[in-house]
Amino acid sequence: MPAAPALSSVPDALGRFGRFGGRYVPETLSAALDQLEREYALAVADPTFQAELDALLSAFVGRPTPLLFAKRLTEYAGGAQIYFKREDLSHTGAHKINNTLGQGLLAIRMGKRRIIAETGAGQHGVATATACARFGLDCVVYMGSEDVRRQAPNVRNMRFMGAEVRPVESGSRTLRDAINEAMRDWMGSVETTHYIIGSVVGPHPFPRIVRDFQSVIGRETVEQCRRQFGRLPDTVVACVGGGSNAAGMFYPFVDHREVRLVGVEAGGRSGQPGDHAASLSYGSPGILHGSLSYVLQDQDGQTADVHSVSAGLDYPGVGPEHSYWRDLGRVEYTSVTDGEALDAFDLVARREGVLPALETSHALAWAAEEAAKRPPSEILVVCLSGRGDKDAAEIARVRGLTADGSGK
Amino acid sequence: MKSNTMAHDTPKFAPVPISKLRPIDKLAAVFAANRAAGRKALAPFVTAGDPDVATSVAVLEAIDRAGASLCELGVPYSDPIADGPVIQSSYTRALGAGITLEGMFGIAREASARVQMPILAMASYSLIFRRGIERFVADATAAGLAGFVVPDLPLEESDELDAACRTAGLALVRLVTPTTPPDRAEQIARRSTGFLYCVSVAGVTGARTELPPGLIERIEWLRTKTDVPILVGFGISGADQARAVAAVADGVIVGSALVRQVAELASQPREQLVAGVERFIAPLATAVSG
Repeated sequence: MPAAPALSSVPDALGRFGRFGGRYVPETLSAALDQLEREYALAVADPTFQAELDALLSAFVGRPTPLLFAKRLTEYAGGAQIYFKREDLSHTGAHKINNTLGQGLLAIRMGKRRIIAETGAGQHGVATATACARFGLDCVVYMGSEDVRRQAPNVRNMRFMGAEVRPVESGSRTLRDAINEAMRDWMGSVETTHYIIGSVVGPHPFPRIVRDFQSVIGRETVEQCRRQFGRLPDTVVACVGGGSNAAGMFYPFVDHREVRLVGVEAGGRSGQPGDHAASLSYGSPGILHGSLSYVLQDQDGQTADVHSVSAGLDYPGVGPEHSYWRDLGRVEYTSVTDGEALDAFDLVARREGVLPALETSHALAWAAEEAAKRPPSEILVVCLSGRGDKDAAEIARVRGLTADGSGK
Repeated sequence: MKSNTMAHDTPKFAPVPISKLRPIDKLAAVFAANRAAGRKALAPFVTAGDPDVATSVAVLEAIDRAGASLCELGVPYSDPIADGPVIQSSYTRALGAGITLEGMFGIAREASARVQMPILAMASYSLIFRRGIERFVADATAAGLAGFVVPDLPLEESDELDAACRTAGLALVRLVTPTTPPDRAEQIARRSTGFLYCVSVAGVTGARTELPPGLIERIEWLRTKTDVPILVGFGISGADQARAVAAVADGVIVGSALVRQVAELASQPREQLVAGVERFIAPLATAVSG
């Protein structure tokens, strides 16, 4: 094998993934980010930290999650064999819990008993509320009021677990505004509060920490593929909003250059500005929420309005490591429209008996189409990042169905 | 290149005329004049383009007439994480009214030709990065700005902008906060040019009623670490607070309280808004005049 440089040896000490990443935050937050960086380094070197996290991932989350052969979807596509990495079977129904448990343990190590978080689809909010209930920490979740409407079941579940959900009325009332409000809370509470960012975005060291906690997805997948097939898969695909499930899935694969990695962004209604949320497909380098990455922005650097049927992908930025992988050509990024994602939801529901999240449905749409073009000898793994229960009401609404799922 | 030409144009031993002073030197001259007169600086903050471009210029003139020593011109940004609801709303209003970076530079250019006080731009690094550091600094220089406050640019990420500002003779004002550890505060104080911005409280911008404990000691400690003037901001709203802070600092920054005034008067005719701003600023300027 040629001695290629390890793509996995990022970020550097300043949090750079190539030219991306870094830390662009008000001075008020600098000390807390330094503290988090120090504490994370200590935790990683501490076997009791890893043991405690592993025990939780096993008994509380239910890991390892299975790798399932999607038999009838494979038959439908008529090409490559499609497998699902079942993150939807994780406790709380999505991969987000991998990160919130890890960061919750870090908060306890730092003596911070109050947790704040932002959420879009509500999956990260639920996962944070869950970790806080488990650890006995106070929890406040910021959520755009448009998303509160779209993701009501998750809002209810957060409240059941004792979290306070604060609807955000500013701006577009979606994920981006929820992050702004969480950052503002943190500016005033930083000495007693830890901010659990839910994706591989934000200032250093968050993109690295979230990627590391989510990499359990890719590590398990590598091991499962070796055991089940005796080799790595040909293609691995995941949806990308901020990019946490994709980063966790891809990271253990990036140094295996023979594996094709594909990230699927939200193509929304069209490729016109304001109609989609595909930062890597249509954006340009810029600074948003504390790091340098691809951003959907106007010529002055004002963040653009975005749209996606999926609240979890409805974000104008993306994690800096994805920008790094994009520019290196290591990961291909493409996009899938709202309509294609909704069709994939139906397809997978009917052919596999799995209701995928609308975020995940973007990756599934691409996978079903791509599998048809590849020979049956190839293996294609989809990160099935979350379950779709939370989306059921919104899908019925978009489709013009009644609440019980029947026609008009 | 330009400075070479100018050097040849200027007789070798002639005194440098005031108009040839670098922007940062004009800022220093303001502080020197204040010191000589036993005064402290009042440094109001207003949002560019709030409620509209033409009114913005008139507001800056009113602030100047009312006795401010310098002014920060807030550059509207869509996602300002350091700002509280008052300034955030003003950014939203101004962007909604169509303010652009060109518009902001236009306001600065027009105002700086008419006022005595130096004007600095308070701009998110997102905007500076997008335009490109070289171009942003050149545009600022052409618009007559004296420098920048960049609230989301920490020391570690600032070398490039720092170098460009030093070359252009613009100030790059740094911020220290209550959460900044002492060794870091010392480094920040040493790197700050123009003045040092001492943030009085941990939190976002916004008017508060009382002075935080330990502020006076912190300013006195910072003074042993830097020669640049120290201005205090975040949360100062009234004349009594301004007077108390001015007793130890070199100046006082008033932001949200003024922006709120502008918002409340925004529906009035322009003359009334401008008169209201002048009436708001004048007693604050008097309070810090010692």
